[in-house]
Amino acid sequence: MSAYPAETASVLDVDALRAEFPILHQQINGRPLVYLDNAASAQRPACVIDAIADYYRHDHANVHRGVHTLSDRATRAFESARETVARFLNATSTREVIWTRGTTEAINLVAQSFARPRLQAGDEILISTMEHHANIVPWQMVTEQTGARLRVVPIHRSGELDMDAFERLLGERTRLVALSHVSNSLGTINPAARLVNLAHERGIPVLFDGAQAGPHLPIDVQALGCDFYAFSGHKLFGPTGIGVLWGRESLLEAMPPWHGGGEMIRTVTFEKSTWNDLPFKFEAGTPNIAGAVGLGRALEWFMAQDREALAAHEDTLLARCTEVIEALPGLRIIGTAEDKVSVVSFVADDVHAHDLGTILDHQGVAIRTGHHCTMPLLEWYGVPATARASMAFYNTHEEIEILGQALERALAMFRD
Amino acid sequence: MTALEALYRDVVLEHNRRPRNFRRMAAPCGCTDGVNPLCGDRLMVCLRLDGETIAEASFEGSGCAIAVASASMMTEAVAGRTRTQALALADAVSGMLRERSGDLLDGDLAALAAVSAYPSRVKCATLAWEALRAGLTSGATRVSTEDEGAPQDTWAQANESARNGH
Repeated sequence: MSAYPAETASVLDVDALRAEFPILHQQINGRPLVYLDNAASAQRPACVIDAIADYYRHDHANVHRGVHTLSDRATRAFESARETVARFLNATSTREVIWTRGTTEAINLVAQSFARPRLQAGDEILISTMEHHANIVPWQMVTEQTGARLRVVPIHRSGELDMDAFERLLGERTRLVALSHVSNSLGTINPAARLVNLAHERGIPVLFDGAQAGPHLPIDVQALGCDFYAFSGHKLFGPTGIGVLWGRESLLEAMPPWHGGGEMIRTVTFEKSTWNDLPFKFEAGTPNIAGAVGLGRALEWFMAQDREALAAHEDTLLARCTEVIEALPGLRIIGTAEDKVSVVSFVADDVHAHDLGTILDHQGVAIRTGHHCTMPLLEWYGVPATARASMAFYNTHEEIEILGQALERALAMFRD
Repeated sequence: MTALEALYRDVVLEHNRRPRNFRRMAAPCGCTDGVNPLCGDRLMVCLRLDGETIAEASFEGSGCAIAVASASMMTEAVAGRTRTQALALADAVSGMLRERSGDLLDGDLAALAAVSAYPSRVKCATLAWEALRAGLTSGATRVSTEDEGAPQDTWAQANESARNGH
């Protein structure tokens, strides 16, 4: 359900929205595309595609320290995108906004630069069963490097975090809590502010993997109270290969750089180098300037929409999609949390998810099938793979009906 | 026939519904797990050889319809063939699936030709065949569609530890 107050939601002109996304208007296998793979990667409006092209056409040069006009333009576009991100997250300062390649790199940065120097043998990092591999593997690597331990908060069958277990697992040796804000496989919205309160009562910092939250929920890092927040551009209607680590300034200040190179230094001699200020200390090398410009444009576009109305529309899509799938015999939904974004994972009794995916594609319907980079979660549910329909605000109720019909046809093919 | 009907021909659906030789073999010479960690498919292929001839082939496990049907067809197609003939057939199947130019095969196996139009599904169709190939050549007990880097046990080692009661 949406975190926006329901009474303010207004009616949304979905057709007008769709008109802004050129990729949606095409035929796949002779049928109109029904794109329901938004949790893997969303599509982008024309203004974002244009912003990237315009940047390369008119403004590109390397950023910072240039004295010529193009360098100045590129720097301004790049840094103004950073200001947009700060606004999007309600961050207090652009010094807290670090460009990364995406959520994965942002989490690795925290693992290597924040956690690694602090971790002693026997210390603990707390994650959960529902994490994406991006929020598991970096912690496995750093615990291996330091002798620390990875602890895993269990979940309930519904796909909700076991809060009692979470409290029990917050211990003397817990050095960091790293959890998804929203689960990519299940759609579960975790009670972020409550998790932060419980961890902070014990002095434990909290990182959120926000990759799936941004497209659906308002993100306010000050209200959440967390210490690190990571997200990716391509799930937020921006380009691939760009993402953000937001971190509390006092923590970032105390962290050593992760990658060394140009841009992140103030002075270099062969004996010693000194580090640049935040956020540049963490941005070695020529950055993904066009990516940042594209993401900035995407967030500006997104923030200019009536996001309450978008979320309310997504909630109706989620409700209808859930109904349609529950009504089909032999299908079972994995992830039935009370508080969900518009993601519906499901399995069929007699049909493998990959067969469903292929058959649906033939009817123009794009869904994702497989483990969704959450192998431990699917193992916990005892399923090798799920099919997942993930909706964005530009999806329509008609598309959900097409999904239902396509699924019905697929199930009929496999029936005896 | 649409491309989809070609991929899921009745013969494929039928093999998936009622897979042949889908059982645990009583006294195999060896078994090889074919795993695709990316989609969670796992098919264990067991063989009983009589000299150089495959007397019996069976499989168990789970996978998509393409993987199961291909495995089912394979157990029928290789029984009675020599090791060399079975490996040649595995090459022919692989050729048909990976390079569309490959010769079409006789019998039920011909129905797999349509998979070549679906690059993301070729690994499904070759899974059991790769297990067969590994079993017949190196005697590996596990083969993966992804390079897992870890050394694999062989049939000989597995049989040895079974004899030692492990």
